[in-house]
Amino acid sequence: MSMSEYKPLIVAFCCNWCSYAGADLAGNNRLCYPADVKIIRVPCSCRVNPMFILRAFQRGADGVIICGCHPGDCHYTSGNYYTRRRMATLFSMLDYLGIEKERTRVEWVSAAEGAKFAATMNDFVETVAALGENKRLEDLRCKK
Amino acid sequence: MQRVGVFVCWCGSNIAGTVDVQAVSDALANEPGVVFSTNYQYMCSQAGQDMIIDAVKEHNLTGIVVCSCSPRMHEATFRKTAAAAGLNPYMVEIANIREQCSWVHKDMATGTEKAIILGKAAIAKVNLNAPLTPGQSPVTKRALVIGGGIAGIQTALDIADAGFPVDIVEKNPTIGGKMAQLDKTFPTLDCAACILTPKMVDVAQNENIRIFSYSEVSEIKGFVGNFDVTIKKNARYVKEDICTGCGACVDKCPMKKVPNEFNLGMDNRSAIYIPFAQAVPKVATIDPNSCNMLKNGKCGLCARVCTAGAIDYTQKDEFINEKYGAIVVATGFNPISMDKFDEFAYNRSKDVITSLEFERLTNAAGPTAGHLERPSDGKSPKTIVFVQCVGSRCDACAQKGKEYCSKICCMYTAKHAMLTRDKYPDTEVYVFYIDVRTPGKNFDEFYRRAVEEYGVKYIKGMVGKVTPEGDKLKVQASDLIENKQLHIDADLVVLAAAIEPDKSARPLATMLTASMDTNDFFTEAHPKLRPVESPTAGVFLSGACQGPKDIPETVSQASAAASKVIGLLVKDKLTGNPCVAHSNELMCNGCSSCERVCPYGAITYEDKEFRMPDRTTKTRRIAVVNPAVCQGCGACTVACPSGAMDLNGFTSKQIMAEVDAICR
Amino acid sequence: MQKITQPMLIDKAVSLLENGTVSCVFGWQKGEFDYDITPSVFKNADDLKENFVWNGFCGANLSKYLVSKADKIEGKILVFLKPCDSYSFNQLLTEHRFDREKVYAIGLPCDGMADISKVKKLCGDGISAIAFGDDTISVTTIYEDKPYEIALKDVLLERCENCKSKKCVAYDELLGENGDVLDSNRFDEVARIEAMTPDERFAFWQNELSRCIRCNACRDACPACTCEKCVFDNSDSGVENKAAANSFEEKMFHIIRAFHVAGRCTDCGECSRVCPQNIPLHLLNRKFIKDINEFYGEYQAGAEAGSRAPLVDYTEEDIEPYDVFDRRDIDA
Repeated sequence: MSMSEYKPLIVAFCCNWCSYAGADLAGNNRLCYPADVKIIRVPCSCRVNPMFILRAFQRGADGVIICGCHPGDCHYTSGNYYTRRRMATLFSMLDYLGIEKERTRVEWVSAAEGAKFAATMNDFVETVAALGENKRLEDLRCKK
Repeated sequence: MQRVGVFVCWCGSNIAGTVDVQAVSDALANEPGVVFSTNYQYMCSQAGQDMIIDAVKEHNLTGIVVCSCSPRMHEATFRKTAAAAGLNPYMVEIANIREQCSWVHKDMATGTEKAIILGKAAIAKVNLNAPLTPGQSPVTKRALVIGGGIAGIQTALDIADAGFPVDIVEKNPTIGGKMAQLDKTFPTLDCAACILTPKMVDVAQNENIRIFSYSEVSEIKGFVGNFDVTIKKNARYVKEDICTGCGACVDKCPMKKVPNEFNLGMDNRSAIYIPFAQAVPKVATIDPNSCNMLKNGKCGLCARVCTAGAIDYTQKDEFINEKYGAIVVATGFNPISMDKFDEFAYNRSKDVITSLEFERLTNAAGPTAGHLERPSDGKSPKTIVFVQCVGSRCDACAQKGKEYCSKICCMYTAKHAMLTRDKYPDTEVYVFYIDVRTPGKNFDEFYRRAVEEYGVKYIKGMVGKVTPEGDKLKVQASDLIENKQLHIDADLVVLAAAIEPDKSARPLATMLTASMDTNDFFTEAHPKLRPVESPTAGVFLSGACQGPKDIPETVSQASAAASKVIGLLVKDKLTGNPCVAHSNELMCNGCSSCERVCPYGAITYEDKEFRMPDRTTKTRRIAVVNPAVCQGCGACTVACPSGAMDLNGFTSKQIMAEVDAICR
Repeated sequence: MQKITQPMLIDKAVSLLENGTVSCVFGWQKGEFDYDITPSVFKNADDLKENFVWNGFCGANLSKYLVSKADKIEGKILVFLKPCDSYSFNQLLTEHRFDREKVYAIGLPCDGMADISKVKKLCGDGISAIAFGDDTISVTTIYEDKPYEIALKDVLLERCENCKSKKCVAYDELLGENGDVLDSNRFDEVARIEAMTPDERFAFWQNELSRCIRCNACRDACPACTCEKCVFDNSDSGVENKAAANSFEEKMFHIIRAFHVAGRCTDCGECSRVCPQNIPLHLLNRKFIKDINEFYGEYQAGAEAGSRAPLVDYTEEDIEPYDVFDRRDIDA
């Protein structure tokens, strides 16, 4: 790949019950994905505040992905439904501001979907890498 | 500033094979707050844990970061280790450098680099950790069961058998519910009364069970382990403890023209009545809407014939307060109203009846003493048409009926058809159906017997119209298999009406802050894994209030709910999860956004007085989280615009610190 | 329809003060110039008669002031509500931000409010006096002998050009006749921006938002921004920042602000009206409103008190975040 020099920085918020366990399963099955992905564990995807996402971009993340239980399977019954509404509207807003929509993603990954987790991360990293560095949402002050 | 110790685990070669553990512990030693950093072959081993305990003591550590396998694996282990070292167990953070690093990255350099970043994020987080102590609350060792049908009865009996006191609140004068109205039960055809009434007697005789019949729940406060419930005992104008249930008053009551609810209005009862012979409690009740004495003071006959002196016309509604540790909802179901289904002429002909009315018509204790007679003229019907799915599986656009399958109708219709053919072999019996659904033990065999042995004519298709004409009911229907229109002259049409949750369920759900679906069925805490618990802690679901169910399913769910209640009541104290939400009252707007997203009803509001800088006081509405009810999802933290709501163990600052550490 | 005039409002307010129904009045008063009319609290008849103003510059939404003031004032407050203010009033009631019992609300019909920057474009600076006719404004400047006669419809605030409703949705008493909810074109500009390429959109917003001086006027005027303490003022929130020191800070501020009011914003347009840099901030809020309408069904915050804001609600069939863009591509 021609972009091999460029390593995007991906922040992944994963809910403890499904997606974080899905990521663990990917590990158990040795399903590789780029080390560019750094996971932050949250109890539920609904814990993810838009401020965290913007903060990540501000500090130099190139892509942010939020992973939660599939709709209907939330450990807390309804958390991911709120996530779905919040992120649908927030991402639409970021797109409206001209930020590439490919830099944000929500994916539902169950605890059994280790393969889906790895595939999702591979795809997301590739997509974001193709866009190149995130300039539009970066706080210039925080660049070393 | 914390004094953080970092412990990097090799996990044999699992981590050390792809991550340079020495480089990781060296790099992390320079992070802010870190005063000690080391690595070891197996951190989770006794030797590894001892190493942590020694380091805590030697270096006065206040926080621990373990770079190891997933926290889902060993977070609990290392929290215990911290506790053993005298630290608060919540001062531990895990950096997952195995499942999410060494196992998914092949290259030592990238693996090591990522492990260091994950370690930095964990250190950034632990620097902001605060000691957390789980809240404890006492458990009132008494359960409340709302609803006295078979679901409530079974749940109450099981809880009582485990030695805990149980109260049943039933809105009717007797327990027994819908099952008491049934004739026979599928697929075994044993009579409902024969298997139900002994259980009702067991309830009455069980020392641990109190029955509040003719009563309803009027207020619920509190939370799991500590519910405070007000029960409204409606005046029945008969002293329950004195009435012997002899029935003399019922015989003498001159007002005998009151439609009998128990027989669905197909016959009459008196103004003072006992719903049926085996009622529990077997106590008379005066219907205040029909009793002349209560309406205009003219009569008083029942008081004169009652030798026990149980009649009390001055009785008032009574309010009883009681504390409970757990509440079981068993409010059951009702057939839907047939008012919107004009095509079946239910309101125009007495001979179009619902299946529940058919149960009463064939019940030996029913209005016809079990003889199958047409309600209009008492003749034996020679042709009977059963219509299935009346109001079930309806198109949402139709604006009538329900979208869901009522589940029990296929089987009871097969039962009705079979029993009719068994007792009255000269009767023609047609069943119109969309599908016949018989998933249950011995269910399909039962249905096939109806068709094959009893000659019930099953026709795939729906009845379009029923027209009363003379003493016949003209039934127009389609036969989808033969692809033709059918015209049947029927004597009786039986509608398998859809079932819906009892009307009392919605206000009850509001009182319980328990969630419901759009059809007013109670929602379970998890559709697969926690099917008998409501998302509201301490509230359990039994029977058809959660979804349509037949008797065996209801009973098994009832017992399951009971076992969950018992599991709660055996505890002396409930230890909560300390990772719960909390609201900063100085920032809270009292706007209710958090309350609306809380799946557990853990958030309430109170008016609190604040002293202002100018020495005045201001009263503000603020959110209060009940830590015993909160499960720590964090939905409220994002709904809160002011950021007053935060989550212990996953505070906004902690997560933001992790983000910063990763993006640094 | 009878025209509601300033003397009528003063008479009304004076009589309610004097008969003890209310103890103070929230209204508008003249500022330094005829056009910088500001919200004010009136406590007596003389003050009202002297200073109370009702004309085409009374754009300020008074409902917000109930939040901080309602329980500091003994007795009831009389508040005048234009139709758009009445939506904010309802929304604040929904959020339990003031005690309804403390308020006597009078609904006013509104012909639209004037935008001083548009007036200045026509007449230039040096405005010494402004007088309102029925549909006209006559503007006197220090440079011209004759006043400029301007049609009100030519200088309306953007929000009034695209007025969503002439209907007062909350009041104890209504003066004049209530209007109707209107079919407005308020989403046209949002749709125009949506139709741009991402690069164009970025350039558009960069140009607009880079003018932001973080004066917080939008936040201070916004009736949905009534937090006891704003996250941007709270050192514990982790996002506290005041200076517009770089290209992102103000974007973060405006995105978060728009998100915090999403589903609660009644589209009263105060943010854009008060912005000294003329940033069309309402286009951010309106984007959320448009999306919410499209994704979750029509919802007008404040149309009725007690309604559930869409972002604290859900259905099992909601659109997936990744379908949001596909959907628009199909529509386009």
